[in-house]
Amino acid sequence: MSDYLFYPGCSMESSAKAYYHSVMSVCKTLDVKLNEIEDWNCCGATEYLSLDVTPAYALIARNLALAEQQANGSKTVVAPCSACYLNLSKADHYMHENKAFGEKINTALAAGGLHYDPGELIVRHLLDVIINEVGMDKVKEKVIKPLTGLRVAPYIGCMLPRPDYNDRYSDSEHPFELDDLLKALGAEVIDFPLKTACCGGHMTQIGPDTAFELIRRLISSADDYKADVMVALCPMCQMNLDAFQGQMNGYFHTNYKMPILFFTQLMGLAFGEKPENLGFGSEFVSAHEAMKRIGVQTPLPQDAKPAPKKPAGLPMPALRERVGQKSTTGNEEASE
Amino acid sequence: MSAQENKPKERVGVYVCHCGTNIAGVVNVGEVSKWASDNMKDEGVVISRDYKFMCSSLGQELIQKDIKEQKLTRVVVGACSPHLHERTFRNACKGAGLNPYLCELVSIREQDSWVHTDKIAATEKAKAIISGGVARVIHHEALEPLHVPIHPATLIVGGGIAGIQAALEIADAGFPVYLVEREPSIGGHMAQFDKTFPTLDCSACILTPKMVDVGNHKNITMLTYSEVQKVDGYVGNFAVTIKKRARYVKTEDCTGCGICWEKCPKKVIDDKFEAGIGYRKAVYTPFPQAVPKYPVIDDINCTYFVKGTCKACEKFCPTNAIDFTQKDEIMTVEVGNIILATGWDLFDARRVPNYGYGRLANVFTNMEFERMSNSAGPTGGNIVLRDGKTPPKSVGIVHCVGSRDKNYNNYCSAICCMQSLKFAHLVHEKTGATVYNFYIDIRTPAKGYDEFYQRIIEEGTLFVRGKVAEVTDAARNPGEEGKLIIQVEDTLVGKQRRIPVDMVILSAGLEPRSDSKALAKTFGISCSADGWFIERHPKLDPVATMTEGVYIAGCVQGPKDIPASVAQGAAAAARILGKIQQKEIALEPVRATIHEEQCSGCRICNTMCPFNAILFHEDKMVSEVNPALCQGCGTCVAACPAGAITGTGFSNEQILSQIDGLLLLTLDKKETVPSGS
Amino acid sequence: MNEKVIVSDPPSAGPLMHEDLELLHEVALLTPGDSHLEMCIQCGTCGGSCPSGSAMDHTPRAIFAMLRAGMREEVMKSNTPWMCVSCYYCTVRCPQDIHITDVMYTLKNMALKSKMFQDTTASDFSKTFISYVENYGRSFEIGLAGIHNVTHLRLAVRLPNMVPMALGMLTKKGMSPLPPKRIKGMNDLKKILKRAKELEAS
Repeated sequence: MSDYLFYPGCSMESSAKAYYHSVMSVCKTLDVKLNEIEDWNCCGATEYLSLDVTPAYALIARNLALAEQQANGSKTVVAPCSACYLNLSKADHYMHENKAFGEKINTALAAGGLHYDPGELIVRHLLDVIINEVGMDKVKEKVIKPLTGLRVAPYIGCMLPRPDYNDRYSDSEHPFELDDLLKALGAEVIDFPLKTACCGGHMTQIGPDTAFELIRRLISSADDYKADVMVALCPMCQMNLDAFQGQMNGYFHTNYKMPILFFTQLMGLAFGEKPENLGFGSEFVSAHEAMKRIGVQTPLPQDAKPAPKKPAGLPMPALRERVGQKSTTGNEEASE
Repeated sequence: MSAQENKPKERVGVYVCHCGTNIAGVVNVGEVSKWASDNMKDEGVVISRDYKFMCSSLGQELIQKDIKEQKLTRVVVGACSPHLHERTFRNACKGAGLNPYLCELVSIREQDSWVHTDKIAATEKAKAIISGGVARVIHHEALEPLHVPIHPATLIVGGGIAGIQAALEIADAGFPVYLVEREPSIGGHMAQFDKTFPTLDCSACILTPKMVDVGNHKNITMLTYSEVQKVDGYVGNFAVTIKKRARYVKTEDCTGCGICWEKCPKKVIDDKFEAGIGYRKAVYTPFPQAVPKYPVIDDINCTYFVKGTCKACEKFCPTNAIDFTQKDEIMTVEVGNIILATGWDLFDARRVPNYGYGRLANVFTNMEFERMSNSAGPTGGNIVLRDGKTPPKSVGIVHCVGSRDKNYNNYCSAICCMQSLKFAHLVHEKTGATVYNFYIDIRTPAKGYDEFYQRIIEEGTLFVRGKVAEVTDAARNPGEEGKLIIQVEDTLVGKQRRIPVDMVILSAGLEPRSDSKALAKTFGISCSADGWFIERHPKLDPVATMTEGVYIAGCVQGPKDIPASVAQGAAAAARILGKIQQKEIALEPVRATIHEEQCSGCRICNTMCPFNAILFHEDKMVSEVNPALCQGCGTCVAACPAGAITGTGFSNEQILSQIDGLLLLTLDKKETVPSGS
Repeated sequence: MNEKVIVSDPPSAGPLMHEDLELLHEVALLTPGDSHLEMCIQCGTCGGSCPSGSAMDHTPRAIFAMLRAGMREEVMKSNTPWMCVSCYYCTVRCPQDIHITDVMYTLKNMALKSKMFQDTTASDFSKTFISYVENYGRSFEIGLAGIHNVTHLRLAVRLPNMVPMALGMLTKKGMSPLPPKRIKGMNDLKKILKRAKELEAS
C-alpha cells in the first residue's frame, strides 16, 4: 500500500463526480491510498493567472503549503485534473527556479501563517502515478474483464504533457502512456492524431465559435477512426467534449454521438467493478450503446474497422525499435 | 633578511602592448608601463615600455634592441593571449640571443581589457598581471626544444569526400596514406546524393572517379570495414591500432561479380546507404560503384550466422571467395600525422513529434529523398509516395528540422537551405508537382548559391516564411481529406495557414557522429558541447587541432557543404605535407620530471598519464617519464602524492611566485621590509 | 514605471536597456521565471501552432514584434492573449524556449491594469470565477456559467441550448445548484490573497 497526498480539485465534487468515484474505486483495487489534503482550495484554473500573477501563485501555493504540513512521510501530491496538476507543478517550478519569486509568494503565505519550501513536494498526475509508480504489471494483473472489442480514442489534452517541467512523459505531443494503459485493459486503441490537441478550455465560456471548432476537430477525428468512446483524464476536457458536444452538433449541423469517459471508468470496468459504482450514466452523450457491445462480449464486425495501415511499397522508418532486424556496421562500437 | 638577498639577479624588460585600442581603450597602458619601472626595480625590472603594436616588426625590434643594449636576461610582454603571440615574442628573443623560454607573455587583453569596462580597475588589474609575470619569469630556465623525426605516413580516418581529397593530395605528393573507413566502401554521404548544388552535377559522376583513384593509388592503403581502436605515441610517431572487421570474403579471390548477393535469400532493410527506404542482401556492397568492389557479409542478419544453415553465397561463388571462418583482425600502423574526417550523422527526425516522421507514411527525410531521387536508388529515381508508385501532386519541404532550435540543436546546419532548394528543383523537374518551401531565413551565402535561389523562385516554387508548426493527417474539411496538412504561420502575411500536400520532405540537420566524444578521446582532441571537433583557431587555423599532428577536415569540424569539405581536406593535407618535408619536428620542451629520491613507487601517475609516457622501473621501484611521449599536460604533477614530479615551465616555484606577484605580495614585502628593519 | 513589480531576475541587462525595448523588458520582468522573450527570431512556430489562432487579431509572433517596436497601445488592445487556451503547444515547440503561454498571462494582467482592452467577455469570466474562489475557496461551475451568461447576454443568445444543458448538469451529473461549501481556512486565505495583492501592487 502506497500513500499519496491527494488534491482532488473543485470539479471532482461537482461536474466530475464520475471521475471521483471511479478514481476511488481504481485506487482501492491498485492499493493506492489517497489522503486528501485537508482544507485545500481551488487552484484558480487558468483564470486567476490571467488577472493577477502574485495572488494566483499564492492561491496555488497555499495548497502546497498545506500538503507539506500534512505530508506525514509522503512527498507526492497526486492530482487527477490536468489543470490542477499543471498549476501545482508550475507554482513549485517557478518558486524553485526563481528564489526571489519564491520568497515573494512565501511572504504572501505568511499572512495566513503558512510556508512552502519549493522543491519539497513532487507533483504528479494520477496517470503518471498509475503508469510509473504502480506499474503496468500490477494493472495487467488486476484486469479480470478485459475490454475486448472496444475501440478507444485516447485523449490526453494539453496540460499533462506540456510544458512537462519534470520530463515525466514520453513525448510532449504524442505520448504513448495512456495508449499503453488502455491496451493493457484489453481495449483496441486507435492512433489518435489529436490526442494532445486542445479541448477548447475556457473558450466554451468566452468564445464559443472557437471552442466549438476545437471540439469538432477532436470528435470528428475520433469518429473518422471509428472509435466507440473517447477517454479523457481531465474534468475540463471531459466536460467540454461531452456537455458541449450537442451544442457543437447544432452549430455545425452534425450529428456526432461520441461518448466521453474518464480513463478510470474504463479501468474500473476492466477490474470488474460494477458500472453504477463508476459513475456511468452521468455523461451527456450516453456510453450505453458502446458499453452494451462489450458487455455481451461481441467484438465489432471486422468490416467496421478501417484496414490496418500497413506499409506497402517503400519501408517505413521504425517509430520505436525495428522488430526482427538489427542494425549493422559498427553501431555496437558507437554505443560504448 | 639581508640586503644581499634583495638585490635582483636578473635584468627584466617589461613591454606593455596597446593592441591598437583593444587594450589601450580600457587599460591606461602608459601608467602600467611607468608603474612597472617605478615599482619593480627590486624585482629586477630595468626597463619598461609601452608600444602601439608590440607584435609588429618595430615592436619586436624594440625588444631585441633592449636585450642587446640593456643586457636583459628576462622579458615580460603584457599583450594578448599566449595562444596568439607567444611564439612571436619567443622568436624575437631568440633572434636577439636570449633563450626563448626566458620570455613570458601575460594576457592583459583576453583576461583584462576585453572583459572589463571599469578603466581604473582594469588598469590596476593589468599591473597585477604584469607583476605576476615578472615574479614568474625570474624562475624560468633556459630550455632547448626536443627534435623528433616525422614518420612520412599519414592516417586518414573517414573515407568521405574530405578524407578522399586529403588522401589523394598526400598520396599524389608521394607519401604513404592509410585510409580507414567504417563502412564496406569509401564514398561517404556524397555517394548517396543524387545531384549536388548549385550546379546540379550528378554526385556519383564527380565522386566515383576520385574513389577509383583512391582504390588504384599505389601510395594509398585502404582499410574499409575497419575502425581505429587505439592511438599511441605523439606527433611524428603515432602507433595506431586498427580493427579490420571480418568481411567473410577473401578479397584476393573475389572478383566482385555479384553472384553472391544475387543468390543471397536474406533481404534486409538498408538503414545506412538507402536511408531506410530500400533493401540490400545480407551479403552486399552498399552501391554498384563501391570501392573496393568486394562485398561483406553482415553477420548479424546473415541466415547462416543466425540459423547455421544456408551458405547460398558460398555455393554459388565462382571463385570460392566466401570464407565463413574469417575473424576480425587487429593491426597496428605507424604514422606521423593523422587527419580525422569522420563526417556527420543525420538528425533523427522522429525526435520532432509534431512533424510526424515515422508516424505519417508520406513524411520523408532529406536522405530518404536523396535516395529516392537517385536513379540508382530504390525507386529508380522516381519520386513517389510511400506506396512506392503514386507520384505526388504537391510537396512541402520543411527547413531547419532539428537545427536552429533549442529543443534540439542550436546551430544552423548550413546546407539545408541549398539542399531544400535543390529538392524543390528536382521535384518540380521530375513530377511537375506544386512545391512549397517553408523557411525561417533563406541562407545562400556562397558562390552561385543565391543565383540558384533566384532560379528556383523563377521555376515557380512557392516560398512560405514560417517555421512549420505541425504536419498532421487530421483533416478539418473535405479538401484536406487524405492529405498531409502543413500548419504554419505565414509570417509575411501574419496569418495561420493550413496547406494540404501529398508529400512532406524534412530537411533534417547535420549532427556530430553519435560516437564523436569517444573518438575525440581516442585521438586526444576536444569537441565542443555540441560534439563538433574544435579547431586550433576558428579563423586562422581551421584544420589543425590543439593536439600536434592531429588535423580535422570536413563536417567533423562543423556542418559544411561539399566544396568546403574538399577545401578542408586539401588544406589538412597541405599542412601535413609541409610537416613531412621538414623531416623532423621541434617539440615544446615542457615536460614532467620525476625526482627519483622523492618517488615512493606508488605508481598512481603510471595509470593517470593520458599519453602512456610514464614507465615503472621494477628494479629501482621508481617511475620515470619518457620525455618524447610526455606532452607536459601536468596530470601526473597534480596527482603525485609525494610531490615528486615537477613540470618544466610549471614548477611550484614558478606558479607560487606568479601568484604572489598577482597579489602584489612581492611588492608588499619590499615595502614592509624596510620599514620593519 | 516606478511601481513596476520585479518578479524575475533581469533576463539580460545590456541590449534590453535600449529605450525601444522598454515595453519588451517590462513584459519580461513581469513574467515569472526567465521568459527568454527577447530571444524571439520571428519564425512563427507559435502562430502556426495556436489552435485558436484564427480568432486572434494578431498572431503571438506579431505581438512579440510589436512589443519590440514599443507599440504599447496596440498590444494592450489586442485580443490575442485573451484567445489563448493555455495549450502550451507554442511553448514546447518554440525553438528559442520562450515561455509564450506565461507571457500571454502577463499580457492579460497588463491589459487589465492599463484598462485599454475593450471586450471584457474573457476578463469578466475570469473575475466571476475568481470571485467565488475569493469568497468560498472553491470554484462553482454552475453559478459561474449562470452569472457569466446573464452578464453577457450576447453569449446566452448564441447558446440556445444553455438551459437544457444546465438542467443536464443538475440531473445527469448530479451537480448542486447551491454555492460550494466554504473552506475552513477562508479567513487565512483572504489574508494571503490580500497580502499577495499588496505585493503585486508594490
